[in-house]
Amino acid sequence: MPSNPLNLIKKPKGGTLFLLFTAMGLVLVLFITITLLDMFYRQTEDLPALFSAARDPVVLTAIGVSIAATTCSTLIAFTFGVPLAYLLARRNFPGKSLVEGIIDIPMMIPHVVAGIALYGVLMRSGVIGAPFDMLGVTLVDAFSGIVLAMLFMSLPYLVDTAREGFRSVDERLENVSRSLGASPWQTFRRVSFPLAFSSIYNGCILAWARGISEFSAVLIVAYFPRSAPILIYERFTSYGLSSSRPIAILFVVICLVLFTLLRLPEWRRKR
Amino acid sequence: MIRIRDLERSWREFRIEDVNLAIDRGEYFVILGPTGSGKTLLLELIAGFYLPDGGKIWIDGVNVTDLAPEERGVGFVYQDYALFPHLTVRENIEFGQRVKKLPEEEIERSALEMMELLGIEDLKDRYPDTLSGGERQKTAIARALILKPDLLLMDEPFSALDLRTKQRMQDELKKIHRESGVTMVHVTHDQTEAMVMADRIGVMMEGRIVQVGGVREVFNKPLNEKIAEFLGVENILEGIISEVDDGLSIIDIGGIEISALTDLEVGSRVNAFLRPEEITISKVSQKTSARNNIEAKIEKIMNLGAVVRIELDSGLVALTSRRSAEELGLDRGAEVYASFKATAVHVLEK
Repeated sequence: MPSNPLNLIKKPKGGTLFLLFTAMGLVLVLFITITLLDMFYRQTEDLPALFSAARDPVVLTAIGVSIAATTCSTLIAFTFGVPLAYLLARRNFPGKSLVEGIIDIPMMIPHVVAGIALYGVLMRSGVIGAPFDMLGVTLVDAFSGIVLAMLFMSLPYLVDTAREGFRSVDERLENVSRSLGASPWQTFRRVSFPLAFSSIYNGCILAWARGISEFSAVLIVAYFPRSAPILIYERFTSYGLSSSRPIAILFVVICLVLFTLLRLPEWRRKR
Repeated sequence: MIRIRDLERSWREFRIEDVNLAIDRGEYFVILGPTGSGKTLLLELIAGFYLPDGGKIWIDGVNVTDLAPEERGVGFVYQDYALFPHLTVRENIEFGQRVKKLPEEEIERSALEMMELLGIEDLKDRYPDTLSGGERQKTAIARALILKPDLLLMDEPFSALDLRTKQRMQDELKKIHRESGVTMVHVTHDQTEAMVMADRIGVMMEGRIVQVGGVREVFNKPLNEKIAEFLGVENILEGIISEVDDGLSIIDIGGIEISALTDLEVGSRVNAFLRPEEITISKVSQKTSARNNIEAKIEKIMNLGAVVRIELDSGLVALTSRRSAEELGLDRGAEVYASFKATAVHVLEK
C-alpha cells in the first residue's frame, strides 16, 4: 500500500498552532452540520410527510418561484453589477468610496428594514412603483417584487466579488492588449473579463444563494406569489414544526444540489 | 523616429520632467538609469498607457501625445513579459492579429513564421505558466513583432533571466533587431547590458534624461559626478591641474600626479574619472610618457567571480581577471604598480 494513498501534499509540521486552529475551525463546521443533520434525522421519523411535500404542487410552485426569482435577480445583478465592478476596480473618481459604501448598505441593514424601504418605493404610489403602475405593472405582491427584493439584498455580493476579481487582473495585461491594437471594449472582452471570470462567477453564485435564502424583505414586499421561505414560515406559524420541516428539508436539498452543480465548473477548473 | 519635447508627468510623489529625446529610425536605444529614476514611466508615456501632464511626443512625424495606445503602432514588452495567462503561446502571439480581424489563413501563417523565427514552434500549445523565462520572453517579443510595429519598447527585458539565458537572449535580440530593422527602445538599470545592446544610450536619473550619447562616449565621458558614480566609474579623483605640456596635463591629486588629456588651464580644480577596468595591476613598473604608473599597496581584495576587485592605499579601485590576479600572486599588503593610459582619464572642471 502506498505511503500516501490520497496523494496529499506533505507540508512541514506546524506544531500546536495548526492543531489549535483545526480544533477551533471544527467548532464552526460542526455547528452547521449538526444543525442540518439534526433536522434531517428528526424527519426520518416521518418520511411519508417528506414524500407528500415533494408531491405537493403548492410546495413545488413555491420552490420554483424562489429558484426563478433568484435566477432573474442574479442575471440583473450580473448585467448591471459587472460594469460597475470594473469601473470601481479600474478608475478613481470623486465619490468612489461613497459609491462603494452605498453598494454595501444592503449587507449592513436588517433585512426587515430593507423590506420596509423597498415597499415604500415599489408600492403603487412609490418612486419606482408609480411609473410601473402607469404601465400596468404591479411590483408589490408580484413576482417582479420578489426579484427586486432579492436583487437589493444580493447585489453587494456580486459587485464586491467581481470588483476584487477585476482588481486582481494585472493592469499591465490590459496595457499590452491596447498596445497590440485592441480597443478598450476588445480588451475588456478578451482580457479583463475572462481573467476575472472566476471571481465574477463566484459572485453570481453568492448572489444567487443570497437571493434564494432571502425571507424578511420578500415577506414585506411580496407575500404572494409565495416563495419557499414564505411558505415554510406560513406552515410553521399555522401548523407547527412537523408541517414546515418537510418543506424546509426539500428546499435545502434542492438548493444544495443546485449549488453543487453551479460550483462544479469551478472545481473542475481548479483540478 | 521618436521626438520627445519637454515631457513631464507626476506619479504620486514622483515626477519626470524636462525630458527631451530624439531617437532615429532603426536605432537600438537604451535608457539607462537606477531603479526609481522614471524609466518605465517614460516608456509607458511613449506607449500611451498614460497621458503626460505636459510636453509632446512624435512618432514618425505624427504627434501621438493624445492618441490611444492602439492608435500608436508601438509594441511593448514588460519586465515579466505580461503574457496573457489564459491563452496559449500561439494564442498570445495571434492576439494582435485577431483583434485586427485579419483573415484566418494570414493569422496562422504569420504566427507560424514568427514562432519559427524565434524557435518556439514546439511551445505553441503551452500556457505561459509552464514556460521558462527565456521562452516567455521570446513569446512576448513574438507577440509584439508579429504586428510589424515601427517601434518596440522593452522594459528591463532581461531582468527575469538567469545569466546564461540572458547572454543568449541578448545575442538573439540583437539578431532580431538587425533582421527586422525595427527601432528598439530598451530600458535597463544594468550598465553591462546597456553597453552590450545599445547603439546609443540615454542616462536617466531622478526623472530626467541627463546624458545622451554613444556607448563609449557615455561610459568614458560622464557629464558629472553623479552620472559617473552610477555608471560604475569608481575612481572619481579630485585634484588641481599643476602643469600643461603639449596637450598633456598633469593633475595633482593629493600629492600623487597623474597625466590626462584636457584643454583646461593650470590651476583649474577638476574631477578626474577613471574606470576600474582601465587600470592594469602589475608587480613591475610600466612607466611611459603617456602612461600613468602609481606605486601602491593592496588594501583590500575581493573575489567577484571571474574578476577581482582591488582597493589600493592610494584610493584607486581596479578590476582585474581572477586568473591574472592568481598568476601575479596578488594579496592584501602586496606592493604593486597601478598603470593606466592618460587617455583613459576623463577630466571635468569642478
